[in-house]
Amino acid sequence: MLAGVFAGFLLRKWKFRFVNGIILTLIWLLLFLLGVEVGMNEQVVKNFATLGLEALLIAVFATLGSVTGSLLLWRNIKKHSRL
Amino acid sequence: MKGSLIILSFFAAGLLLGVYRVLPASWLDYDYSFYVLAALMFSVGFSLGHQPDTIQQFRRIHSRVLFLPLTTVVGTFLGVLIVSFFSERSVIDFLAVASGFGYYSLSSILITEYKGIELGTIALLANILREIITLLFAPAMVKYFGKLAPIAAGGATTMDTTFPIIIRTSGKEFSVVSIYHGFVMDLSVPFLVTLCCSFK
Repeated sequence: MLAGVFAGFLLRKWKFRFVNGIILTLIWLLLFLLGVEVGMNEQVVKNFATLGLEALLIAVFATLGSVTGSLLLWRNIKKHSRL
Repeated sequence: MKGSLIILSFFAAGLLLGVYRVLPASWLDYDYSFYVLAALMFSVGFSLGHQPDTIQQFRRIHSRVLFLPLTTVVGTFLGVLIVSFFSERSVIDFLAVASGFGYYSLSSILITEYKGIELGTIALLANILREIITLLFAPAMVKYFGKLAPIAAGGATTMDTTFPIIIRTSGKEFSVVSIYHGFVMDLSVPFLVTLCCSFK
């Protein structure tokens, strides 16, 4: 990835609109491959509902935690910009 | 939103092919995903290094807002710690999944590589859900948690998929903050996920 950052920085004068297309295609391909792997794994297929519930809990609490953090920062910024 | 539906359908297509054994069993012997992942990491790095304008814009940000990515990470980790008390799964697993910050494609692939397919699937679903929650509840977040909240909730997606909803709910003046936050989080996802996965 750092090699990519470096290459991108060196070549910043040129336009490389197609890079985002490549990224999207690679992501599609990888998620497809992940799907195949998950589908062929009976253990995971059997527990799919449980895994989904765990994922939902993690997502909700991760989001709640981060917005609470941002609330504290937001209040802090407002307090100081008034001075 | 449309983007995540397309991605989900690719995952679902692969899932169906796998479940019904359309592909030969030897398929899993080859590490296809590793090579595609390496190519992906290169392209992501390339696109980050290739945005001189965004790097310039960072200078115009209020200095305290620079801490927003930090509060996002700390808040996310504390939130997930609460859930981990109610599960048999290890705290590290939860932190690894949460370190995706909505960047489901990259985090799920990395976690599958390091921790196995079960946690990788959780990472995929949890991070897609985080993006969907942000898209759906951004207005409520602004109301109850202040104007920075949708940016924190969006995690690593705030310079692409959740960017439009953020500037619509928080205001145009938050676009630079949103891009800055997404940029920093994007960079930290591979590092934090790898870091979390390196603990036992």
